[in-house]
Parts: sequence; C-alpha cells; structure tokens
Amino acid sequence: MLSKKQAKVFFLGGTIFFSLIFLGLSYESVTKSIPKKTHADQITDAVRRGREIWDKNNCMGCHTILGEGAYYAPELTRVYSRKGETYIKTVLMSKTPWAPRGRKMVAYGMTEEEANDVVAFFKWVNEMDLNGFPPEPDKNLQP
Amino acid sequence: MKYKSQRVAYWFFALSMLLIILQITYGFIMAFAHYGMDGLHNWIPFNAARTTHINLLVVWLLSGFMGAAYYIIPEEAQRELVSVKWAYIQLISFAIVGVVAVIGFHFNWWEGRKFLEIPRPLDYLVVVNVLLFLGLILATLYKGKTQTTTAMVLAMGLVFAALLYLPGMIFFDNQALDSFFRWWVVHLWVEGVWELIMGGILAFLLIKLTGVDREVIEKWLYVIVGLTFLSGILGTGHHYYYIGTPKYWLVIGGIFSAMEPLAFLGMALFAIHMYRKGGRNHPNKIALSWTLGTAIVSFAGAGLLGLAHTLPQVNLYTHGTLVTAMHGHLAFWGAYGMLVFAMISYAMPLMTGRKVYEQTSNIYAFWLAVIGMLGMTTAFAAAGVAQVYLERRVGLDFMVAQQEIEVHFLVLILCATLFTTGVLIFVYNFIKYGRPTEEAMASGDEFEAVQPAAA
Repeated sequence: MLSKKQAKVFFLGGTIFFSLIFLGLSYESVTKSIPKKTHADQITDAVRRGREIWDKNNCMGCHTILGEGAYYAPELTRVYSRKGETYIKTVLMSKTPWAPRGRKMVAYGMTEEEANDVVAFFKWVNEMDLNGFPPEPDKNLQP
Repeated sequence: MKYKSQRVAYWFFALSMLLIILQITYGFIMAFAHYGMDGLHNWIPFNAARTTHINLLVVWLLSGFMGAAYYIIPEEAQRELVSVKWAYIQLISFAIVGVVAVIGFHFNWWEGRKFLEIPRPLDYLVVVNVLLFLGLILATLYKGKTQTTTAMVLAMGLVFAALLYLPGMIFFDNQALDSFFRWWVVHLWVEGVWELIMGGILAFLLIKLTGVDREVIEKWLYVIVGLTFLSGILGTGHHYYYIGTPKYWLVIGGIFSAMEPLAFLGMALFAIHMYRKGGRNHPNKIALSWTLGTAIVSFAGAGLLGLAHTLPQVNLYTHGTLVTAMHGHLAFWGAYGMLVFAMISYAMPLMTGRKVYEQTSNIYAFWLAVIGMLGMTTAFAAAGVAQVYLERRVGLDFMVAQQEIEVHFLVLILCATLFTTGVLIFVYNFIKYGRPTEEAMASGDEFEAVQPAAA
C-alpha cells in the first residue's frame, strides 16, 4: 500500500518533471514558433497603436479574437478578409451605436487615424497561421 | 473555534457574500442583453457588465480563500495569527482595490484582457496586498507548533497563485504572446494551483467533519494534487491550439487535458470515501453536503464538461463560443464557489455559537443553488451547441445564429433565478448567524456547536 512519503514523492517529482517540460516547450513557442506563425516582423507602429485601442476599449469584453474573449459579438480574427476595410472603418467611426439585427455596439466615433490603426491590427491578425482556426463551414450543410 | 484571531475570517466571508450578489446582478444584465433586452446599454454596456461579472467572481472567490486560510492556518499551526491588525488592514485594502477596479470598469478604465482587466496601477496594489496576506499566513505557519501537510498544501497553493499573477503583468506587443502568458495566470490558477487550495481546504473539512485519521486523508491529498499537476500543467496546451502557437500543443494539450478529469474524479472519490469511512456523526450536516457537493460537482463541471471540448478536433469548432460559458459556469461553481460555501457553512457556527445550520432553509439553499446552476449549464450547452452548428458548421452570420439561440437565454434567466434564490437564502442565513461572539471563542473545542452528536 502506498505510504504518505511515497505519495509526497509522486506529487513533488511529478510537479517538477512536468513543470520542466512545460517550461522547455514554452521557451520554444515564445522564442521561435509564435513569432514565426504570427509574422511578428510585420508588427508595425500602426499595428501596435491599433492593438492599444483594442485593449483600451476592452473590445474582448464583447468580441472574440483568436477565439478568445466574450460571446456577445462576432469573432474578429478574420474580419479583415470577411468584411473588408471600408465596412470596419464605418463601424468604428460611427457616432451612433452600430446595431446589426438590434444588438448594440458602443458608439466609439473614432477618428479616421484611429480606425486605420485598428484596421492595421486586424490585417496583421488576419494573416496569422492558427492551425486551421476559424474552421471553414461544411459546404454540404449550407442552405 | 480555538483561536481568537480566526474571527478575521468572518469579514472575508462577509465580503465574499456581498460580492457574489453583485456578481449575479451583472450576470442577469448580460443574460437579458443576450435575450435582446439591453435597456442598460448606455450606462452599463455589455463589455462593462461582462468584465465586472468575471472579475467579481475572482475577487469573491479569493476573498473566500483568504478567509478560509485565516481560519484554517491558526488551527493547523496551533497558534494565533501573527497580527490581527495587519490582517484587517489587508482586508480593507483588498476590498478598496476591488471596489475601485469595479467602478473603474464602468468608466473605461481597464485592460482589455479577459480575466486580467484590472488596470496596471491597481495590479501593483494587488501584488502588495497579496504579499501582505502571504506574509501573515507564512509567518503564522513558520512560528506555529506544527506544520501539517494540509496547511503546507494550502499555503503552497496560495504562494503559487500569487507568483503566477506576475506573468500576466508582462507587456507584449504580439497579441498571441499576450494570450500565451495570460493563460499562465488563468489556466494555471484554476486548473493548477487553485486546486491545491481546494485540496487543502477539502482535506481540512474532511478531517473535521468525518473524523478520519489525518495521516490517511493527507496521504490521498498528495496523490490528488499530484494528479492535478501531472495533468494540469501540460493541460495548459488546450489553450494553445489555435492562437498562433505551434502544432505540438494540439497533441500535448489533447492528451494531458484528457487526463485532467482524473484529478477531479480523485477529489470526488476521496471525499465520498472519507465520508463513508468516517465514524463521526457531525451535527453540521449542511457543511458536509457542501463539502461532498463541491467534490462531486467539480468533477462534472470542471472535469467532464471540460473534457467535452478540449479534444482539438472538437475545440476547433467550440473555441470562442458559448460552449466555453457552459463549462466555465459549472466548473467555477462546483470547484470553487461551493468550496467557499462549504467553508463558510463549517466555520460560522463555530465562530458565532449559533446553530443556524439546523434550519431546513439551508437544504433549500443547497438544492436551489445546485439545481439552478445545473439548469443554467444546460441552457448554455443548448445555446452553445446550436451556435457551433449554425455559425461554425453551416456558416450562418453571427447575429443570425444568435437570434436563433435567443430563447435559450430565457431558460438561462429562469434557471439563474432558481440559483439566485438559493444563494440569497444562504446569504440570509449567513446574516442570521450574526457576528463572532466571545462566548463561542472562549469555549474553544468544548463549545456545544462543534461536538459530534455521537461523542
């Protein structure tokens, strides 16, 4: 029968062993794979400013990006290719709440420069390699 | 209650009770908005309600954990807290930081990073506050007569929870890297070190309520927290499937996430087995119900419903949908909400000397809250699965799909009303217990309320 000491060794040994593997894989991801898959070299000043606007207004409080955030408003990972620059800028610069089918967005009334920066951020996200996310709908199921 | 300083816990529990009511209020605002009734949009837009809802969750749970630690550590270490005054200072500063953060969310003062929205200046105050809390706990433990495994596991959980807050404060201009380290905090908290806290509190409650030998309970505690880390650390990989991360996480995350329910299953079997094995007929039956309840519901919510969408092939479709909300609600409630309720149910009679636990209303509180939350989870599941099919599989526009699933939010609101009724009865009973009394404290172990009926 397992003794308390053996149980302690299992806990401490397992924790240290798997922590080391996790740290090793994280190091590889952070220093090599993620910068490559996200085209980190294409993060321009406009992308940085766009990201700052994204964070400052807590867009993730309603939308998701990279599938992360809230589920009240559309996924925006591929919004640049799905909706295009003009549509995005119209939404961001609107002075009245944008409300497709009645669900309201905060009216941010951004300047054209700010909207351009957010578009630059979306364009950069649009190009990321996300292992197949978001998935393409099944053509056989489409109406 | 053996030590006078344990009464500090009362105020942390009271803060917890206040904040859960606020959290639920914001949950209703969000549910009504999903149902199409967003009359508060101009004052509390959805992102403010959502951020307040999830941050209040973290704060009321942490407040409950801190209260539990202030109650458990003196008893385990067999000495008074090193400073009651500083514990109260820590409580007040903790409450102030929480209130300022919540008010700030309504004025666009936040960082748009899910679960870590507290703005940077307040982050530093959180760090100072938690350091003060840990200082008090660790110093008490260090100076104590005994350092039990239960106390050490609980303290280790608290220390790692504090350390893991730090990666979330590093700034990255790459959204994917920001997400990568955000999960170091959020995942390694709730599916890692918070489970140490859970294990520690559960072990304490089982020792007290079942009378099973400490050595036996603590041995299994090691096995369970061992399983938690064995699966949970690399299980972080299920957040790294589709955020700009390499493909090896699909394999690693898939395998180790599939093992994560084992730790929760272990927790459930552990609690049930100790309950059956224990010969003690403890009079505080409702504390035992919450204790067994947290172990079992966490297995369902965190273990099974987590597994339901951590397979990479499934997660490709469910990632970023209401399926996550389904898992999240039952997981947080089962593993941590019910745990705090268990601790409060156990500690209140001992602090106040009143036997409110004997009243039938406690049973209503338990079942209404648990059934209400199961109903809410089912509503989220129906909405989430329908969303996945309509939006991700069929390819309907987001809002078209949302309108199709709107009706499930009516069910959600009805079930949330049941849940809220249960929680309100619990809070009402908490108030009825009143404040800690000198009589209860002076009686120590001899106090009538702690005596098993069979003793």
